[in-house]
Amino acid sequence: MKRLTLKSLGVLALFLVFLTGCTNKVAVLNPQGPVAKQQYDLIIWSFILMAIVVAGVLIIFIYVLVRYGRKNSKGYDPEDEGNAKLEALWTIIPIIIVILLAVPTVKTLYGLEGPPKPANATGKKVEPITIEVTSVDWKWLFRYPKQGIETVNYAVIPEDTPVKIKLKAIGAMNSFWVPELAGQQYTMPNMPMNMWIQADHPGDYLGRSANFSGKGFAHMSFHILAKKDANFDAWVKDVKANKPALTMEKYKKLLEPDIAGEMTFSSYPKVLDKKDAAMEQHMNNDDMEGGMNHDSGH
Amino acid sequence: MIADIKAFLSDFLVLGDPLIYGADISIVLSMVAIVFVLSYFKKWKWLWKEWLTTIDAKKIGIMYIIAALLMLFRGGIDALLMRSQITFPNEGFLDSQHYNEIFTTHGTIMILFMAMPFIVGMMNVAVPLQIGARDVAFPYLNALSFWLFFVGAMLFNLSFVIGGSPDAGWTSYTPLAGAKLDPGPGENYYLIGLQLAGIGTLATGVNFMATILKMRAPGMTLFKMPMFTWSSLITSLIIVFAFPVLTVALALLTIDRLFGAHFFTIASGGSPMMWANLFWIWGHPEVYIVILPAFGIFSEVISTFSHKKLFGYKAMVWSMVLISALSFVVWLHHFFTMGNTAAVNSVFSISTMAIAIPTGVKIFNWLFTLNKGRIEFSTAMLWALAFIPNFLIGGLTGVMLAIAPADYQYHNSYFLVAHFHSVLIGGTVFGMFAALHYWWPKMFGHVLNEKLGKISFWIFMVSFNICFLPMYFVGLMGMTRRMYTYPEGLGWMPLNVVITIGAFGMGIGFIVMVYNIYWSARYGKRDKTGDPWGGRTLEWATTSPAVEYNFAHIPKVETADAFLHMKEKGTTGQISKAPFKPIHMPNNSGKPFIQAWLMFFAGFGLVFEWYWLAIPAAAATMLVMAFRSFEYHDHHYIPVEEIERTESATGRLN
Ligand code: HEM
Ligand SMILES: [Cu+2]
Repeated sequence: MKRLTLKSLGVLALFLVFLTGCTNKVAVLNPQGPVAKQQYDLIIWSFILMAIVVAGVLIIFIYVLVRYGRKNSKGYDPEDEGNAKLEALWTIIPIIIVILLAVPTVKTLYGLEGPPKPANATGKKVEPITIEVTSVDWKWLFRYPKQGIETVNYAVIPEDTPVKIKLKAIGAMNSFWVPELAGQQYTMPNMPMNMWIQADHPGDYLGRSANFSGKGFAHMSFHILAKKDANFDAWVKDVKANKPALTMEKYKKLLEPDIAGEMTFSSYPKVLDKKDAAMEQHMNNDDMEGGMNHDSGH
Repeated sequence: MIADIKAFLSDFLVLGDPLIYGADISIVLSMVAIVFVLSYFKKWKWLWKEWLTTIDAKKIGIMYIIAALLMLFRGGIDALLMRSQITFPNEGFLDSQHYNEIFTTHGTIMILFMAMPFIVGMMNVAVPLQIGARDVAFPYLNALSFWLFFVGAMLFNLSFVIGGSPDAGWTSYTPLAGAKLDPGPGENYYLIGLQLAGIGTLATGVNFMATILKMRAPGMTLFKMPMFTWSSLITSLIIVFAFPVLTVALALLTIDRLFGAHFFTIASGGSPMMWANLFWIWGHPEVYIVILPAFGIFSEVISTFSHKKLFGYKAMVWSMVLISALSFVVWLHHFFTMGNTAAVNSVFSISTMAIAIPTGVKIFNWLFTLNKGRIEFSTAMLWALAFIPNFLIGGLTGVMLAIAPADYQYHNSYFLVAHFHSVLIGGTVFGMFAALHYWWPKMFGHVLNEKLGKISFWIFMVSFNICFLPMYFVGLMGMTRRMYTYPEGLGWMPLNVVITIGAFGMGIGFIVMVYNIYWSARYGKRDKTGDPWGGRTLEWATTSPAVEYNFAHIPKVETADAFLHMKEKGTTGQISKAPFKPIHMPNNSGKPFIQAWLMFFAGFGLVFEWYWLAIPAAAATMLVMAFRSFEYHDHHYIPVEEIERTESATGRLN
C-alpha cells in the first residue's frame, strides 16, 4: 500500500512544479488576460479545496490499512455498523465544500457575460472592438466589420482592449479556444454566440478548435496576435493598403472543406454583411438529393 | 458495369488498407479455427443445447462476461493504436480518417459493448443467487436481451471490415454525423448497432427490476438485501428511464440519415443541438449505470474481506437513490460551452457538484467499513482498495469540471479524457475486475490464482496511473481530445511518451490476467465448499458453480448478510437437505437466438439501405415473436429423483 502514498505525493509534487516553475508551457495555468485570469483563479481555488479532500481521505485510508491490515489487529469489531454523528459529519463537509465552490462559480459566470475590466485601471474607458469569427471546415475566418477587413487563421487585436467575439459556424460545430486568453465557446451553425477576450500584453497566443469537426480538425489552430494600440492601427492601415480584396469567388472557395494557411484581405464582399445569414443557411442545407441516396452502393 | 461492381466492392470490403487486410485475415482464421474445433470435438450440439439456447441467467451472465472481455481486448487494441499514433509529433502511422474511426469505435465499444455487458453479466451471475431466487423474472426475455446485445456488438464490429467504421466520435454529434457531412454506412452502423443493443438493455432493466422487486426469498425485505442487489435495482431503474431516450434519439437520427428527414439538420428548421440534449439526457445517467453496480461490488468485497458489516448500510442505499435522481438533472454539464446563459450554467454547475455529496458519503462509509476490520488483501480486495484513491481523483476532477467557467478551459481537452478514464477505469473496470476475481469460483467452480492475480493487479494499476495522470497536464497545456496528430514545439511530447508507455503497461497487465484465467482453469484450486471467501450473502450458500436451479430449497432470510447469519446459527444445511419438491423451471429456447440474428440482418439491411433485405428480415422477426406468443409448453418440472441425484453429486446430501 506504500506505493499508493508515494504515488499521490508524486502527483502533488508534479502539480506544484507546474504551478511554480514552468507554467509558461502550461497554457491554462498561464493566463494572459482578465477572462482567462478569472477562470484561472477558480481553477486554483478549486484545486486547493480538492487537495484538502485528497489529503483527508488518504490520511484515513492509509491509517485504516496500516492499523487494521494485519491478521490480529486489535480493536477488531465485526458488528461496528454505523455512527450517526460521524455520518452527519461527512455529509456536512461535502455540502460546505460545494457551497465554497458554488458561490464563486456563479459570480464568475455572471461576471463573464459582460466585457472584462481593463487590467491596468487607467480610469479611461476603452471602446471594445468586434470580430466575427466563423469556423469553416477546417479553418477560421476572422472578419472585422468596423475595419472592413478579413483574415484567415490568425487575428490581430489591440492589447488591453475588450474584444467581442461573435461566433458562428458553417458546416460542423467547432470550439474557439485560446487557453491563455479565455476558455472556449462552441461555434454552432445557425446559433450565433458571443464571448469576450482580452490580452494584457502584446504577444502571440495560440488557439485551436476544441471540438472535433472531421478530417482536418487537428489542423484547426490559429494565432491571436496582440499588439500595442498604435501598432494595431498601423496593421489595419497596412492591410487596407496592401492586401488583396476577398472576392465572392474566393470566399466560396474558402467555404469548401479543406485546410488552409494564414491569409489577409483588405476587404470582403459587402453583400456578406447582409446576405451572410442566407449564405450560411445555404451552406448548411442538405443538397437537394443529399441524405437520400448518398454513395451507398456506388 | 464491371467498373461499378469493382467500385462497390472496394468500398464494401474497404480494400487497399493493410490494417484491414490484417483484420480480415484474423477474422477468417479465427472463424475457421472455431468451426474446426467445434467439429473436431463434436461440440456443435453441446454449443447449441448448453449455450445458444440457454435461458439460465448464470450461463447468460457468463456469455455476457466473455463478450465483455473480448470487447475489452478489441477496445484496448484500438487504444494502443491511438497511443502509437500520438506518442510523437507528426507521426504517419495512422491517417486522420483512421484515427477518427478508431477513437469512435474505442469509445463506443468500451462503454456500450464492454462496460455494459460486464455489468449486466455480473447482475445475471449474482443477483438471482443473492436474493435466493431460481432465475430472473423473465428468463426468455433475458436470453433475448443477451442476443440483442450480442448481435448489436457484432454489427458494430463488422463495420471495420465491411463498409467502414463510424468516425464522428462516440457522442456522434450532429451536424457532423448527419448525412451531409458524413455520408456512407459508417454512422449507420453506429445507429443500428446501438439501437439493437439498447433495446436489449432496456429489457434487462425491466427484467431485473421485476426480479428484485418480486422474487426475493421469504424474509428478505428491501433493507435486508445485499448491496450489489440494491445497486442493481437502482441501476435497472435508471436504465428504464434513460434508455428510451437513446432509443428515440437513435431512431430520429436514423430517419434523418436514411429517409432525409430534418430533426437534426439546419435545413427545414431542425436543430443539431437537440441531438446533444437527447444524447446526454441518456448519456449522463448511462455513466451512473456503469458506476453504481461497481459501487455495489465494492461494498460486497470490502465488507467480505474486512470480515465486518458494511458501515452505514442505510446511508449507502439512500446515497445511491439520491445519485440516481441527480443523474437525470445534470446532463447539460456536457455542453456548458454551447452558449447557455449564466443562469442555466449556474443551475447545472450546482446540480452537478451536488452529486459529490452522496458520493462523498459513500467513500467515507467504505473507509469506515475498513476501520475496525480485519483486512485481508486478496486480489479482489486489492482492486476494491485501489478504487478508493483512483476513483477519488476521477471524482474530484469531475467536481472541477462541474465549475462551468473552469470547464471552459478543460472541456474537450485531455484533462477531460483523463477525468473520464479515472472514473471509468478506476471505478467501473476496477469494479468488474474485483467482481471477476470474487465471483469466479461461483461461476466456474475454481478460484483464480492469487499470485498471478496480484501481479496483474499491480502492473495494471501502476500503468494506469502512468498512463492517465500525465493526461491531466497535457490537457492543461492545450492538447485537445480527438487530435490525430500534433505539431512539434508545443512541449507536449515528453508527457505523451509517458502516456503511451503506461498504455502498453496496462496491456501487459491485461495479458497476465488472461493468462491467469487460462492457468487457473487448468490448475486452479477447486472450490468444494461453495464458500471460498467466508461469504456473507446467499450466493455463497449454494454450490460452486451453482446448480441449475440455484437452491434445492429456497432459503429463509432473517437479517442482512443472510448467509453469515445462517452460519452463525448453524442452519446452513437447511437449504440443501431433503425432502425435496419438484422444481418448476423454464424451458430452453432457440427463438431468442434466431430472432436476434434476424434482427441483425434487418439492421445490416438498414445500414446499407438495402430494403430488399431489411424488410423481409424484419417481417421474419415479427413471425418469431408471433410463434412465441402461441407457445404454451414453455416450462418443465425437475423431478425429485433428479434433484436428489444432483444434490448428492455435489456432496451436500448425506
Ligand atoms: C488501456 C486502456 C485505455 C487507454 C490507453 C485509453 C486511451 C484513450 C485515449 C487516448 C482516448 C482519446 C482519444 C482521442 O480523443 O484522441 C480515449 C477515448 C475514450 N475512451 Fe479510452 N482508453 C482506455 C480504456 C478505456 C475504457 C476502459 C473506457 C470505458 C469504459 C474508455 C472509454 C473511452 C471513451 C468513451 C473515449 C472517448 C471517445 C471519443 O472521443 O469519442 N477507454 N481512450
Ligand atoms: Cu455527465
